[in-house]
Amino acid sequence: MKRKQLKFVVGSAVIVLTLAFLGYSGFQESKSYYMTVTELYAKKNENYERRLKVAGDVVPNSIVRDGKAIKFTISQENNTLPVVYIGTDAPPDTFVDRAQAVVEGNYGHDGVFTANHMQAKCASKYEKEVAAGVRKGGEEY
Amino acid sequence: MAQFGQFSLALAFVVTIYSIVASLLGIRFKNDKLIASGRNAAIGTFVCITMAILCLFYLLMSSDFSIQYVAEHSNRDLPLYFKLSALWGGQEGSLLLWGWLLTIYSAIVVIQNRRKHTAMMPYVTSVLMFTSLFFTTMHLFVVNPFTQLVTVQPDGSRIAFVPADGQGLNPLLQYILMIIHPPIMYLGLVGFAVPFAFAMAAMMSRQLGDTWIRTTRRWTMIAWFFLGTAILLGGKWAYVELGWGGFWGWDPVENASLMPWLIGTAFLHSVMVQEKKGMLKVWNMVLIILTYIMCIFGTFLTRSGVVSSVHAFAQSSIGGYFLAFIMIVLSGSLYLLTERLPDLKSENQMESIVSRESSFMFNNLILLASCFAIFWGTMFPVISEAVTGDKVTVGPPFFNRVNVPIAVFLLFLTGVGPLLAWRKASTNSLKRNFLWPAGIALAAGGILYFLGVNHFYSWISVVMSIFVTICIGREFYKGARARATGSGENFVEAVVNLTLRNTRRYGGYIVHFGFVLLFIGWAGQAFTSDSQNEAGIGDTFSMKQYVLRVDKLGVEDTPNYKSQKATVSLFEYGKKVAILYPERRVYKASQQPTTEVSIRSTLREDIYLVFSGSNPDGSKAIFQVYYNPLVMWVWIGGIILGLGTLIALLPNKKIPAKDSRAVRTQEAKQVEVGS
Repeated sequence: MKRKQLKFVVGSAVIVLTLAFLGYSGFQESKSYYMTVTELYAKKNENYERRLKVAGDVVPNSIVRDGKAIKFTISQENNTLPVVYIGTDAPPDTFVDRAQAVVEGNYGHDGVFTANHMQAKCASKYEKEVAAGVRKGGEEY
Repeated sequence: MAQFGQFSLALAFVVTIYSIVASLLGIRFKNDKLIASGRNAAIGTFVCITMAILCLFYLLMSSDFSIQYVAEHSNRDLPLYFKLSALWGGQEGSLLLWGWLLTIYSAIVVIQNRRKHTAMMPYVTSVLMFTSLFFTTMHLFVVNPFTQLVTVQPDGSRIAFVPADGQGLNPLLQYILMIIHPPIMYLGLVGFAVPFAFAMAAMMSRQLGDTWIRTTRRWTMIAWFFLGTAILLGGKWAYVELGWGGFWGWDPVENASLMPWLIGTAFLHSVMVQEKKGMLKVWNMVLIILTYIMCIFGTFLTRSGVVSSVHAFAQSSIGGYFLAFIMIVLSGSLYLLTERLPDLKSENQMESIVSRESSFMFNNLILLASCFAIFWGTMFPVISEAVTGDKVTVGPPFFNRVNVPIAVFLLFLTGVGPLLAWRKASTNSLKRNFLWPAGIALAAGGILYFLGVNHFYSWISVVMSIFVTICIGREFYKGARARATGSGENFVEAVVNLTLRNTRRYGGYIVHFGFVLLFIGWAGQAFTSDSQNEAGIGDTFSMKQYVLRVDKLGVEDTPNYKSQKATVSLFEYGKKVAILYPERRVYKASQQPTTEVSIRSTLREDIYLVFSGSNPDGSKAIFQVYYNPLVMWVWIGGIILGLGTLIALLPNKKIPAKDSRAVRTQEAKQVEVGS
């Protein structure tokens, strides 16, 4: 290779490697494992150490505000998980009974999940059926 | 009406296929009549899809709830202008909009070029119509907007069903910016189909000079302009509507629009190297292919729900079709590219690392790196689940870690790149161009450091911003002064005429300056703070130099929603500066609560107040207050960026100067370094 082009290769390599390193460290810091409540219980021991995102439905009437913390329970396939949310942000608008919630944090040995981030989607999602007994139309117009 | 819409879609499907076949046969048999017929068919597709979209609009306006799409995205009491946005508020409608915009662009392209580029144009028509065919197929067979609602009887028969009222439009979409946001986003995403079609046509017809680039320069910039505008509007929407105090959260849907913009930006820059030096020919092909793929991929990501997101407006089975289409486009275009490699030889070589070419190369490298990192971060949950079975997600720290240094480097390049000479910048020209700006910026940096700005990225952002601003300002100053002495114009006139005479260059500088301002606003994010407060009527709470006092807590009832509304006085250093009205609404049709934040913006900072609910016994309201420095500069920077792009789109104006020869010599001196 000519010396002229070597400069470009070295320059590009330095940039790419630096970015790759930064990406790797950012990845290690912010990665979390996404799972449902059932999956959490299936591999309990591994999950104590990991940062987790757990999805489940908010059990009706389980939301209790306790000072700045919010306690509630999420469930999925008959498995329930008690959650304490201690986040800097207020819970989202969509966080109501029966909402599909995703809580982010750590699973403690006491069986309580401590979350510091949360997302929630309304149970009455728009792309779902209009009402009971109504099905998406097929071929007939 | 629905039958008519249905018919229009079916007709569009047939006409699109005819257009492709006629164009290709026309080329094969060198038959101008067939080619002209294919061209007319492309315009016909536009007419058909226009009829279909008008039908859907009529059905929404007349609240015809026998149609599933209308029942699911509208309701009787929805205000008229939101019925318009319901047109693209759901899966079927938004894809119809995509397809419609594509046919508009296609029609304009074929009419504009009907007597030009005769070898290339039939190919352009067929590539555009091929994309159109994909969307028409989707409209007709997969996500048909004219599907009727039916119920299934116990005996298995289906009968039509008309609900009394519709489900209403997603409340998060009931916001003025959201009416225009999707069309603007799609105008951007769809727009890149035009340069892509020309690129493919150039390869198919072996017209591999820079004609395709020159012809589509404006199209690329228009697409880039709309896409950038849409990204900023999306940020603005997130900021004022979602209520979490920020405008960018590295959400998959945001990433989906940023990725094509990043590669599009790389493309926009690197084509200049091909125009000027005949280099990077293969690279430009790769870039436009990637940009276009990312546009389709972005639509796929937004519409398929493959990655869950706060914006996930859709969850459906369209993913497979999109992936198949992406694979076809990608393999087809890459095959074509490998076939034509021998014809795409570079006419020159990179010489010096300190040159214009090299600055473009680094610009491309880091824009692509940024896109690549965002792609991985966005798709990692999907990829890791496929490979290891664990769904691993990454958060904002990952995206920021990679993209913040990239953005700082880009900022540096916006200042330095345009002033470097082609081939090799001499040490002398470097000194002449950069010694003063760098000196002043570093001196300011020193002062800032002693004033206590020691957060590394904030410090370097300020220093870079000053450096780039001086570089750009000096370009205008030098050019205008030269013009003013030569022509006798006053300085302001000279600046204006200078810009109008070379819109591409000076428009570009304005875009770069917009980027600087946007950057300043974005750097302010390092200094945000927020707190949660419980307060009843008469109570106060504070945030930095501000004190907030709750004056009133009331309720409001409209046909569309019910709301709790607070009236909060904002005091700065003890002086009343604003009254804020944060609200918490529950929309009746959907029973979904949403937050209406109240914001007081100044050039220095925003106070952002959220009514997040009531405490358990209902005696006090809970307020979340955010202190966001410099946010307004993001919007100002965005506007300037847009204006700069529009200026660069203008044709160069020939302005006779009083003594034109004097001006020319003066300007020539500038161009020597600059152009």
